[in-house]
This record gives sequence, C-alpha cells and structure tokens, in this order.
Amino acid sequence: MDDDPRLFDYVLRLADNGVVLAQRLGEWVGKGPALEEDIALTNVGLDLLGQGRMWLAYAREIEARYAPPGRGEDALAFLRDGGEFRNLLLVEQPNGSYADTMARQFLFDQWHLMLLGALAGSKDERIAAIAAKAGKEVRYHVERSADWTIRLGDGTELSHRRMQDAVDALWMYTGEMFAVDAIERGLVAAGVAADAASLQGPWRSAVAAVFDEATLAMPGDGWMQGATGRGGKQGIHTEHLGHMLAEMQIVARSHPGARW
Amino acid sequence: MYAQMVDTGVAKVRDVAEMTQEERAFQDRIDADVKVEPKDWMPDAYRRTLIRQIQQHAHSEIVGMLPEGNWITRAPSLQRKATLMAKVQDEGGHGLYLYCAAETLGVSRDAMVADLHAGKVKYSSIFNYPTLTWADIGTIGWLVDGAAIMNQIPLCRCSFGPYARAMIRVCKEESFHQRQGYDIMLALCRGTPEQKVMAQDALNRWWWPSLMMFGPPDAASVHSAQSARWKIKLLSNDELRQRFVDQTVPQADYLGLKVPDDRLAWSAERGHYDFGEIDWQEFHEVIKGNGPCNRERMQTRIKAWEDGAWVREAALAHAEKHAARERQAA
Ligand SMILES: [Fe+2]
Ligand SMILES: [Fe+2]
Ligand SMILES: [Fe+2]
Repeated sequence: MDDDPRLFDYVLRLADNGVVLAQRLGEWVGKGPALEEDIALTNVGLDLLGQGRMWLAYAREIEARYAPPGRGEDALAFLRDGGEFRNLLLVEQPNGSYADTMARQFLFDQWHLMLLGALAGSKDERIAAIAAKAGKEVRYHVERSADWTIRLGDGTELSHRRMQDAVDALWMYTGEMFAVDAIERGLVAAGVAADAASLQGPWRSAVAAVFDEATLAMPGDGWMQGATGRGGKQGIHTEHLGHMLAEMQIVARSHPGARW
Repeated sequence: MYAQMVDTGVAKVRDVAEMTQEERAFQDRIDADVKVEPKDWMPDAYRRTLIRQIQQHAHSEIVGMLPEGNWITRAPSLQRKATLMAKVQDEGGHGLYLYCAAETLGVSRDAMVADLHAGKVKYSSIFNYPTLTWADIGTIGWLVDGAAIMNQIPLCRCSFGPYARAMIRVCKEESFHQRQGYDIMLALCRGTPEQKVMAQDALNRWWWPSLMMFGPPDAASVHSAQSARWKIKLLSNDELRQRFVDQTVPQADYLGLKVPDDRLAWSAERGHYDFGEIDWQEFHEVIKGNGPCNRERMQTRIKAWEDGAWVREAALAHAEKHAARERQAA
C-alpha cells in the first residue's frame, strides 16, 4: 500500500514515545525519593518500554511490506540516529527534580490516555489492539502522576514552587502533542490515526481540573516548540536526545552484528 | 552473606544451665522447630541479632540496586533492558519485605536507613565492586544471585517467622535472576570473540568477591555458633561457600570460561572441589569502607535520600491538609 511508509512513520511516533520516556525513567532506578516510589516509577517505565516494543514490532511488519525484511526492534532502537527518532520533544526532556519528572509524566500521561482511547477505535486492527492493551496500563499511570501533581502542588511551599516551575518550563512542549502534520492528516482521513487536534480541548479540561486541585496556575499558551511541523515527530529534536541516545546505544553499536 | 558478619552480642554460647527459665523455654521451642513470631517473648540478644541481620540483608538489597542500575540505560537490547529493570525493581521489593520483617521487631525503617547512612550498619561487601561492562550484569545474576540463593534457601527455615516467610518469597525471584544472569553469560559465550573476552574478564573480577560473600571462615566464630543455636543461621559460612563452588564450577565449564583459581581441582576423596586461599585482607578492607566503590555507593544512597526529603515532606503535608479538610467537612 502506498500509505505504508507513512503508517510506518506514524507507528514509530507511538513507539518512540514509549522507548524514550522509559529510558528517562530508567535513569531514576535506585535513586527515587522513597523505596515505594522507586518501585512504582520503574513499573511505569517497564509498561512504557513494553508498549514501545509492541509498536516497534508492528512497525517492523509494516516496513517489511515495502522494504523486506524490515528492521527488528533492536535495529530500530539502537541503530537509528537522533534525526530518525519520532518521539515528542516533551518525553526526551531531562529528569530534573522529582517535580520536573512528575510534571512531564502527567502532561504526557493525560494526553497518552486520550490518544490511546481514540486509537482503540482505529480501522487498523493492530493499532486498535495495541492501543486497547496499552490504554489499560496508562489509566494507572495518569492516576499516579495526577496524584503526585496534586501532592506536590498542594504540599509544602517549596514543593508548590517546584511543581509550578516545572509545569511552566515544560508547557511549551505540550503544543506538539496536538499538532497534526501531513502524515497524520492522511491517516486520520483514512480512519487509521487519531485526530490529535481534537484531543486538545478535553486534555486542557482534564489538566485544568488537576491543576485546580493542586493549586497550580495554568500557564499561558505562548509559543509552542515543535508544533509547526518542525519538532520531534519530524525528527528535529532538542539537544537532550543525542546525549540520551549516545548512552543508550553505546554497547549495541560498539559490537556490530552481535547478539545479546 | 548479605549479612556477612552479624554480631550476636554474646561472648560465648550459653549452655542450658546458664539460661533462665524463659530462655530455656524459648530454646526448647526453637529446638522443636516452632516459629518465633513478633509478639512472642524472645531474648534481647536474639532480637538485636535478628534486627542486625535482617537490616544488613535489607540494606544489601537496596545498595545492590546501584551496581546493576548502572547498566539499565546502556543495556544492549530492549529485551535485556526490560529484564534488568524488572530485576532491579525486584531487589527494591526484597528490601521492602525485609524492612517490614525487621520492623516487626520494633525498629523503624527510617532508623535503619539512618544507621546505614551513618555507617553503623553494613551491607554486603559485594556491592562495593564496580560494574564495568555489560558482562558484569550477567555475572552478577549468575554468581551474586546464585550465592544469595545458596544462603537464603536455608533461611526459609529460620526460626523467626516473618524472616522465614520473606525469604520464601525472595528465593523464588532470586532463582529467576540467577537464570537470567546465566542466560546473559550464555549469549556472550556463544557470541563474538569480543563478547567471550568480556565474559571471561567479568568472571575474573567477580569470582573472588563472590566467594567472600559467605563471610569469614568458620574457625572460632562464636557469633555463628550462637546464631546456629537460635536457627537464624542454619549452615556455616564454609559449608555454604563449598556448596557454591561445587555448584558453580561445572556451570563455568559449560560456558567455556576458566575460573580464576589455579588451585581449583576436584577432590575425589572429599567429593568436593578444592579451591585456593581467599584474600581476607581485601575482604576486611572492603567491609571497613575501603573497597573500590564504598564511597560512591553511600554517597548515591545519601543523595537520593536527601534529594527526596522535600518530596516526602510534601506528601506528608498534603496528607495532613487533606485529612484536615475531611474533618472540617464531617
Ligand atoms: Fe534480592
Ligand atoms: Fe537477597
Ligand atoms: Fe536478585
């Protein structure tokens, strides 16, 4: 099908969000603010990694249709350069403090849940099935990250300030989640992709409700990074991704062809 | 081994004539294999020894997350990355059960953590060695989790109920870890020449520290004797070490790796492997804090704890606000 390269690109967007955010969460392991948190955050990371792998497996099938045999999950994860990654700019942002990590997580999780909800109705059966399965996990993710947004926002004076600063700093990366480019537009018309633009209103209301309980001010909508067709989804990333990939890919790339 | 040197606080094992009536009744129950539960009367020294032992074990699980966590971001395949994350997470879970078991003896987790950070309580010497290559992750699973199982299977029968039950749960997961570690080694040993070299190098570095995990030799260890009497240590350090060597050498042979000990040889007479002398000076130095990574490990733990303080305080403050609001609404 002529649409396959575009579908491949779209599925990579879904896959890379999972792989990249899981990689960030993996950096926290053993260093969380409490043992229970360490364990719970690793759970979320494991879910996202598992979802990323499901999307990558499907991406391979799609690629195999026009460029057989298609690249496997490890070739896709470890042998692509930064410019070939299709994740949102938001998920590659550094961990920072626990407030930064939780703000990033909440802003993403809330969108992710809505996106997967829409994708569960995709005409592409594989997409619908993966989205339905992932959606069950993400429901728990958003519960958790919303809860932490509230606890830190409405906690101490210090935690409130840190959470507000985190939300303010990350806000400019949220616009990209709702930006629909030509690749998505075609797939939306075909009933395959979710119309991300339509998620913006519901996402804003959900975020506003949590911020309200968290006593956090909603940031103003200024300029949004990557929202005009030159962002993570198109392979134009922040400087952070390159460093992350250098670390993630070092062993795999040092031993070409090796099996692990 | 995770608790390598547990001081029982007794100068010599007491014989029956020296015991009070309560102590005798307690010892009789232990001899009859009746489990001690937290609400039961127990000698102070038994309680203190167990707190120390379980605490050392718990801290070992937590500090042990660091050397392996060091490779999560660099794992060479997504499958291995997922398995390693889950493994390190399991170790955190082990720490959690063990802290809970120790808390039943009347010591809080915060107090235990404070003791660790103050250097008052030790953790296993093994986690003070660096993980330098991916093969170290395979070797740790194979040898370190292997040694942990060796030590913990008997502890499933130990006299203190909560500890015994925690060990049953933990052992199941440790044997998964061991198999996963060995599977990494198999892949490396069947892989490229560079991968095989990496595997041999890791075994060379981890072999002796793994043998040290079982603690000092048995000779003249009054603490071990008392712990044996109380059934909180069921096999001696040397027995466990021998079992470990006997089990592991054929596994190394199967991998085609050489155990770095020129004196290693099968003794038909003993029915065991003979092996070389352990460098006990190195062991004691590592225990004292002079191992290659002691400082980093403690700094990392203390930093995580201190950096997390404002998060824990916020959670507490929020919970209080929340409760106050609910009281007001009621
Ligand atoms: Fe463990
Ligand atoms: Fe253990
Ligand atoms: Fe383990």
